[in-house]
Order: sequence, then structure tokens, then C-alpha cells
Amino acid sequence: MTTTSAHRPPDVLPQARDLQQPSLSRTALAGLAVVVLLVTSGLFAVTDLAGRAGFVVVATLLYVAAQTAVSRVVEGGRRSVDRLVTTAVIASFLIALAPLISVLLYTAEQGLTRFDWDFFYRSLRSIGARDPGGGANHAIVGTLQQVGLATLMSVPLGLLVAIYIVEYGRGRLAATIRFFVDVMTGIPSIVAGLFVLSFWILGLGFGYSGFAAALALTVLMLPVIVRSAEEMLKLVPNDLREASLALGVPRWRTILSIVLPTALPGVVTGIMLAVARVMGETAPVLLTAFGTASIVRSPFEGPQSSLPLFIYQEAASPQGTAISRAWTAALTLILVIMVLNLLARLVTRRSTLKK
Amino acid sequence: MAKRIESVGLSAYYGGFRAIEDVSVVIEPKTITALIGPSGCGKSTFLRTLNRLHEVVPGARVTGQLLLDDEDIYGPGVDATGVRRTIGMVFQRPNPFPTMSIYDNVAAGLRLNGVKRKGVLDDAVERSLQGANLWKEVKDRLTKPGAGLSGGQQQRLCIARAIAVEPQVLLMDEPCSALDPISTLAIEDLMTELKDRFTIVIVTHNMQQAARVSDRTGFFTIEATGEPGRLVEIDDTQKIFSNPGEKRTEDYITGRFG
Ligand SMILES: Nc1ncnc2c1ncn2[C@@H]1O[C@H](COP(=O)(O)OP(=O)(O)OP(=O)(O)O)[C@@H](O)[C@H]1O
Ligand SMILES: [Mg+2]
Repeated sequence: MTTTSAHRPPDVLPQARDLQQPSLSRTALAGLAVVVLLVTSGLFAVTDLAGRAGFVVVATLLYVAAQTAVSRVVEGGRRSVDRLVTTAVIASFLIALAPLISVLLYTAEQGLTRFDWDFFYRSLRSIGARDPGGGANHAIVGTLQQVGLATLMSVPLGLLVAIYIVEYGRGRLAATIRFFVDVMTGIPSIVAGLFVLSFWILGLGFGYSGFAAALALTVLMLPVIVRSAEEMLKLVPNDLREASLALGVPRWRTILSIVLPTALPGVVTGIMLAVARVMGETAPVLLTAFGTASIVRSPFEGPQSSLPLFIYQEAASPQGTAISRAWTAALTLILVIMVLNLLARLVTRRSTLKK
Repeated sequence: MAKRIESVGLSAYYGGFRAIEDVSVVIEPKTITALIGPSGCGKSTFLRTLNRLHEVVPGARVTGQLLLDDEDIYGPGVDATGVRRTIGMVFQRPNPFPTMSIYDNVAAGLRLNGVKRKGVLDDAVERSLQGANLWKEVKDRLTKPGAGLSGGQQQRLCIARAIAVEPQVLLMDEPCSALDPISTLAIEDLMTELKDRFTIVIVTHNMQQAARVSDRTGFFTIEATGEPGRLVEIDDTQKIFSNPGEKRTEDYITGRFG
């Protein structure tokens, strides 16, 4: 079709030739996949190629190449590039997912052998590495208390800092705070542990405790919470603040009732990331809570254990019984984080509006 | 009680930039005053000085006097929050609170200022929604999100939210610029109704709208970019549109501007 009119500007983009163009059907693509599978099997039978992983890789690469070639011939250049990129995106997604899923599955498989009553209700008190039984009750209690305390300390502090930076901070002070928060983000976790060890335990003489661990974890959580909350608060449109102020609502009330609720889902996600991050911390806990084999109910009295510490100590043993306890502790850790994540999501879902 | 507004030598700055200079005007109670003028001449800025929202912008400040029934709202010791409670505002883009239902949006101004009694809130919500001509459309879905309404409905929701706190002055910054002709008419009718209770100041780019709804019209302009905006003249709407005192006003209204 040629529509040349005097008024039309010269073509900048090439005109589409025909709107109706041939395209590869699903059956054709499925057929192609079968052919590729057959060819790959052939290759593996005839040549030295072997192994399951290798098969998947070769088959995938062959399929992508074949699809691009066929599509180019049948559908033209643009569509074939589209198919190539789409397939590449999906393949990358699966590749990224593979280690995650295999870690989960493997941990579950190994961890389930000791996923029993004893594990959750007993400690390692008078249990040697070689002894069966024993549990991680003390470690679970420790992890929950330490991370709970750290969350209690870092969330209000972090939110206040973020609110200051976004809502009030102008000029020097805010920039300085932001800089130090950035620096804090880069602190290796063991350094946070050493800091609390030298300052709180050795310097002030408070001794090892779950609370000392919570202090170290707070140092690690703070910058994560501040940064994520800051980004989320910045995303709240200024219109909303002005609308609220224009109603004669005071500044603090506007922040509390309009800005924070609007940013809440993002803020909670940031907090959960911080919680998940410190829940797996081993080094700072080792330096500050030290670890113990018995159940210590109070985070303020003497050494406490935690799940990562438990895993670290049990996995270091050559005994199968200890190692399977370590696996179960790892599984428990993953489950705790998952449950907390789900809970946080439910809470925010409930508090934001249902459509 | 609708209040009278008088500005005396009012200038507004964004940092070092003077956006409006030396504006002196009197706005009588229970009238609709329309502000017109080319883009960037400082209409919104002037409007935002009227409820002290201008100073929310970092670095922004105001000089001069702004009298609300003889009290200078920029005087020492005057609380900006109290001023804003007396002077409501509707913005160009509808901005309902996204986390709140229709009911909560309208009740927000009262609730966030400490009103808790359900009866009072229920009454205020119904009265304001009726006042904003929205009650019939939303009375069965008050618990649904405010952001789920159409653009025109959202704007009327924002009007309801603004009048729920019973302000004495209502400022509207191009309230119809994102609306279709029918919603626009609805809002214009609404303004004429609200005039009995409020002093209304509206910024608009729509000459017909200014001519239709307002009692008085003020014309702002700037000499050149970077210059501050000035109020050229303000007079009865009829006079401005038939026989303006200034040539510049006539040029602008008849489309011979710039
Ligand atoms: N937040 C701000 N910071 C700095 N300068 C601003 C700000 N808001 C507005 N200005 C400047 O102040 C001047 C007046 O702007 P204003 O928004 O009051 O114009 P207006 O008359 O409302 O224009 P329009 O009709 O396009 O809405 C413009 O030069 C604008 O660039
Ligand atoms: Mg404007």
C-alpha cells in the first residue's frame, strides 16, 4: 500500500510493510523443541558429551539458536530478536532460581531428619557431638530474643532518622547524617561485633549476653532501615503532604498519619530485609553472646546461643549426629525468616486499604 | 463565617527568586474572585501565600502583610496551622489520600485535628459530600478507596475534604483543569452554592469559567521571564471582560497577548 500525500512529512521510521505477518504457532515451537531434544540426545549418544547438567545446557543453547534462526526466516528480524530476548530473560530467571530452590530443597531434605519434638524442646546441655537427641531450644530462644531486641531498638531509631532526613533535614546536618549512614552500611558484621565487645563488654564490663548481641545487630540493622525507609518516604508525593497541611493538620501529624501509612508497605519490606540479614549473622553473635549449650531465658544474664551460632558449632563437628542437628537448625532459621516475612506482609496488607 | 482578605504589599520569594511583587488586593467575604494570567506569572504562588502553604517549600518566604479580617496572618506569633484550618485549599491535581477510604478522606481533616466522635464525623462526611455534589454517587461505597473514583469524582472528593473542616475561605488552584465539561459545570455550580458560606478564590486559565462564576477578576502578568509577577488590575468581572482599565488586560483576554 502506498499512501503518498503531499502533506506527509518524509519517513523517519520505515513503514510497516504488512500488518498481517506470518508467525510461528505454538505447535511449531513445540515441534522445534522435540527436534532439538532428539538432536541433543543423538549428540550425547555419539560424542563424548555426558551428564544431566550438560544436557540441559546444550539443549537450551541449541533450542535458542534454532528458534532464532527459524523465526528469522519465517517471521523476520525484529520478531526473531524479540523471541531471542524473551527466551534469554526466562532462561536467566530459571538459572537464578535454580540455586535458590536447590538450597531450599537440600536443606529441607537434610533438616527433616531431626525435625522432631526433642529438637525444639531440648538444648545441648550435657549432649556431646556424638550423642543422638539434643535440641536447639536455647538457640531458637536466643535468636528470637536477640533479633527481637535489635528490632525494637533499630526500628524506632531508624525510622526517626529517616523521617528527619526526608521531612525536616535541610542542608549540612542532613547531608552529614546521610553520609554516616552510608558509611555504616559498609561496616563488616564482625567489626560491629568487635565494637560491642570492646566497648560494652570489655570497656564497660557488662559481660557476654544476648543483649550485647542485640546491640551489635542493631548497629547492622540501623543503616539498612534508615536507607530503605528514606527511599520509601521520598516516594510519597509532595501533593499529599500539602493536601494534609492545607487541612490545618500539624506537620508531625501529617507525617504520622499520611506520609508513614502511604510508605508503610515499602518501609516494612526494608525492615524485614534488615531482620533477615541479621538473623543469619554468626560472627558478631559469637563475639558478644559467646554461646552456651543450656537454655538461657534472659537476654541480660550471661552467654546465650543463637541459631547461626548453633549451626556453626555443630557443623564444625565431624559427627553425623551433630551435623544433622546443624541442618535442622538451618531449616528452622529459614522457616523463621519466612514466617516473619509472611506475617509482616499480612499486617501491612491489613492496614493498607482493601480494594 | 466567611472572611475578608486583604493583602498589602505582598511579595513572595523562592530562595533568591522573587516570584510575585507588591500585590495589594482586597477580597470581600462571600464572593468568588478569579485570578487569571499567563503561565508562570505567580497565580499559584499568590494563592499559596493566602494560607501560608508557600512557606512549606524549602527556602520560600513572604514579605508584606496579609490581613484576614484585620488580623495579619504573617504577624508574629500567628500559627500557620491555625491559618490553614481557617483557609481551605483544593489543588489542580486531585490528591485524595491513597491509604484512605472515601469516608476517611472526607473525615481526615477533622480526625487529624482531634475530632473522634462518630456521630460528628458521620454528619460532617454526609454534609460535605452533599455539599460537593458527590453524596449520591458514593453513598453506597464510602468504605471503598478514594483513589478508585474517576478524576472528576476525586476532585469533588477533595472539595468535600476541604469543606469538611468548615473553613472560612476556600482557595482553588485550577480545580477543573483535569476535568471534562460536565464535571467542570458541576464544580462551577458547586462554587456558586458554596459562595453563600465561603469566600472563594479560584485560579483558572479558562476565561469563560472566570466570566461565568466569578464576581471579581484579577489579572496577573510578568514583564519578562525572571521578572516577578505583578497584579495588573482587579475589578468586577463584568468590567474586566467588557471594559478593562488596562490595555495589557484587554490584550490578554482577547488573545492578543505575547
Ligand atoms: N517550588 C518552586 N521553586 C522555585 N520556583 C518556583 C517554585 N514554584 C514556582 N516557582 C516559580 O515561580 C514563578 C511563578 O510560578 P507559579 O506556579 O505561581 O505560576 P502560575 O501563575 O501558577 O503558573 P501556571 O498558570 O502555569 O500554573 C515561576 O517562575 C515558577 O518558575
Ligand atoms: Mg499554577
